Formats: sequence, C-alpha cells, structure tokens
Amino acid sequence: MQPFTYEKATDQAAAARAVAAEKTAKYLAGGTTLVDLMKLYVETPTKLVDIKRLPMAEIRREADGSISIGAGVTNSAVAYHELVQKEYAVLSQAILAGASTQIRNVATVGGNLLQRTRCPYFRDGISNCNKRTPGSGCDMATGFNRTAAVLGTSDRCVATYPGDMAIALLSLDAVVHVATDQATRKIAIDDFFLLPGNTPEKETSLSHGEIITAVSLPRIDGGTKQGYVKVRDRASYEFALASAAAVLWMDGGTITQARISLGGVASKPWRAKETEAMLAGKKPDSALFREAAAASLKAATPMKYNAFKPELATRAIERVLTELTQAA
Amino acid sequence: MSDENRFDPNVTRRELMAGAVAAGVAASVPAGLAFADEAAPAAVPAVGGSAVEMGVKLIVNGQPHALSIDPRATLLDTLRETLSLTGTKKGCDHGQCGACTVHVNGERALSCLMLAAQCEGDQITTIEGIANGDELHPVQKAFIDHDGFQCGYCTSGQIMSAVALIKEGHATTEDEVRELMSGNLCRCGAYPNICKAVMDAQGKLAGSGI
Repeated sequence: MQPFTYEKATDQAAAARAVAAEKTAKYLAGGTTLVDLMKLYVETPTKLVDIKRLPMAEIRREADGSISIGAGVTNSAVAYHELVQKEYAVLSQAILAGASTQIRNVATVGGNLLQRTRCPYFRDGISNCNKRTPGSGCDMATGFNRTAAVLGTSDRCVATYPGDMAIALLSLDAVVHVATDQATRKIAIDDFFLLPGNTPEKETSLSHGEIITAVSLPRIDGGTKQGYVKVRDRASYEFALASAAAVLWMDGGTITQARISLGGVASKPWRAKETEAMLAGKKPDSALFREAAAASLKAATPMKYNAFKPELATRAIERVLTELTQAA
Repeated sequence: MSDENRFDPNVTRRELMAGAVAAGVAASVPAGLAFADEAAPAAVPAVGGSAVEMGVKLIVNGQPHALSIDPRATLLDTLRETLSLTGTKKGCDHGQCGACTVHVNGERALSCLMLAAQCEGDQITTIEGIANGDELHPVQKAFIDHDGFQCGYCTSGQIMSAVALIKEGHATTEDEVRELMSGNLCRCGAYPNICKAVMDAQGKLAGSGI
C-alpha cells in the first residue's frame, strides 16, 4: 500500500471537511473494498478518514412511511432486519446472495454503493484501463472479456457493475442521501450511478468530499411479490454473471406494475424498463415473460467471450418472474 | 545430522521454518552482503515508501495491547507479526478465502480486509482465545471428532466462522451451513466433514449458552 495518514472522524461535518480539503483523501467505512484495492495499488489515497464510528448505523421508519437505512449500517444488519425482511424482501435476498457473512458483517450500505468493478484488467494494476488510468485504453474490450458488461458500455470501458445490493435498491426506487459540511441533497438511485461514457473513472454523481449519510426506501403500497435471482460460476460467494431483481404489484391474477433491474450484465445497476412496460396490465404467462425479458436485452452489445450474457440475463428475468407468480 | 537439527518438541513449526530460512539466506549471501535488518520480519513490507507509525490500542482475547504500528498494517498482519498470534492464517490476503477469519465484537470478520487502526476499542477474538484453558471449544473438538480438515491451513478460519455461525442461528440444515460457511474455502476439499463437525457442534451447543 501507498503510505497514508489515518484519522478517526469525530463528527460528520468534520469528516466531510477533512476529505474535502485533500483531493486524494477518502472515507474509510468497513474497508472491505478499499483496503483490498489499496493492497493492489489500484486505490492510492493519501489520507483516510475513518467514519465507521459516526452515528449513521440506524434503520428507522420515517413519518411518511419510508424506511431510512443509515450509511454505516452493515450489510448483515440490513439483510436480517425485520422491517427489511417483511417489506423489502428483495433487498434482503440480494444482500444475502452477495459476498460472505464475514464480509457482510463489516461492509456498510454506503461503502457497498461505492464498491468497484471486478474487471480483472482494472484490478491487475498493469493492463491498460481507462477506469484506473484514464486515457490508457481498455484491454478488457479485446481481451478475455467473458465477465464484461453487455449493456451501457462505451468505447472506453466495458467493465461490469459487480454488486447485488444496488440492483435490489434500484427495483425499490431507493434514494441516496448525501451531505457536505454545508448542505445535504438526495439522489435517485438510478441517477447516483453514471454510465462510463468518456469518463469511466467517474462512477457516481458524488462530488469529492460528499459523504453518503443514508439510503431511504419509499413506502411500498399494497402487497408486492419480490425476488432476486442470481446466476454465477459457483453456487455461493461469487459475483453475478447475470442477476435479476423484481418487484411485482398484483391485482388478482394481473400484474399491475413491475419494477425489474439487472446485475452482472451492465456498466451500472440496470433498470429493465422494456420488460416492465410489457408486463404492466398483463396476466402471468411464460411466453409473455420470455418476450418481455428479451426486450430489455435487445440493445446488448456482446463481445467475443460474453455472447452468452444476453440469453443468461433473459433467463434470469424469466426465472424470477416465473418463481414469483407461481408462488402461492 | 548435527545436534542443532534434531527434533526439539519445544520448537514450533514457525520457528523451525524461520530458522531454516535464515540459515538458507546466510548460506547463499556472500560474506559482506548480508543485511542483518532484512532478516528480521517487518510488520509491514515498506513497499511504496515509509509511513509514520501511530499508536493503536487493541484488545485481543481479552488482553489490552498498546502498539505502535504503521497505519497500513491490517488487523491480520498485526495479529501475526506484531502480537505473534499466528493461529490466524494468511491465505489470499484479499478477502476471497476466509483463512483469516476472527471475531470483532463477537461477529466474524476478515482480518485481512481491515486496518488494525479501525479496530481500536473493539473486542478481537482469535482462534487462540476460544478454548477454555486446556479444554477445547466444542467446535474445535467437533472438528477433531469428524476429521474436519486435511492440511489444516484453513481450519482456524473455519472454526472461527463456525463458532459465529452457530451463534447467529441462521443455519439449521446442512445446505444452510454450506451457504453460510461459503466464505471459508478449503482447498483440500474437506467440506463434507467440516459440515458434519458444524452440525454436530451446533446440536451439542444448542441451549448450552456458549
């Protein structure tokens, strides 16, 4: 690791000032992503401001019925929280489908949103990678790109967004709350993540020094069916090749509204809007599921080794829809 | 064989290996080129420049330690190199194998992915801290009873993970044990016996309050 100075934040405003004051300073929460990438010299902060002990570790119901999850709440605490399991089951399922208990016990909600791609050309510290070294090129595009994204990519970057939690948050229309020492703002989860475009090194709409304080989940009106399907190279403790989160509102035997998002196949958490539109107002039907799922992969741009991904993602969507609508 | 190479039951494998490495270095480096300082294990390799040490107070297995460490030192390296608690193993050092699993405030965590400085004030428990004197923890005993290992390198991580898993109470079936122990890899493939050991220990610990 590059040498750095380490300081413990005493309060949120002081932490924000400390990071804002130094361009190469970073927040340190659980550390499960950052410490790993620092060992690889992919991340080289000169200052770490430890925010683990700040009072942001609460899950509470707000007056408007939404749920606020503090940025410092661990992934395990979210996944096993009674309110989350009862009303936002897709979030619990997605978190438990990722990493291991050891990592989920330490990784925080805020940190999870900022986890970085598992693209091997990004992590190796040697290859040309526009995300790690802007302007150097993208060796993944012409290399062994089996795990690369097929949606949302650009000429500069084909890296896949790796997480599970944010895929579920997207299907729940979550809102990210951020702050500086002066002000606060809210960012819709879909706007929080950026497409790579010409600046793949910039992955979120956070400004330097802004701190994530909480993630809120809007109230879900009426009963929903929620589920997360994840397909990967081994049964557990592995990143997704394709995953699908679904939240369905049903009225009798009809799907009145669907929110579906994809992981493992896109540059950022990906909303399957074409699928959602085709399901609204329809009755569950396997041919419809197939057609609606495929519609969201029409824009896919597969490369040499990841041509299987559009079909895999299509089937992930089909499977989650089938499981949710077959369940009693 | 000379006297100094005879088996000495008081020498640990680690000390023996360190001695063998030092002997190898002494034999292969020409006189005048041996650097005494380099033979000593450094807490953290000083790659990428030096760092100013900082004071950190850690509580490990109930014992407080006031340390001066490089801010870059992970909890794993600090346990092993500074506190000589080598029961916690370094496997991949990147959060992919679980060999370094310890408990932080009773919850299992990967010591390779946390800085020691982050753990100030936390209760750290390592494999050295779970037995009751000479009496093995029931999970340790179950691993022996069920032959839950071959080479043993992943075992301390497996046991620390299993002790926490049982406390968490989310795994009642063998499938659930496999899923919730998936962060601990065993390259010997002792998984069937590890599963049996965990299930057995869980049954015996049920309601025991340990």
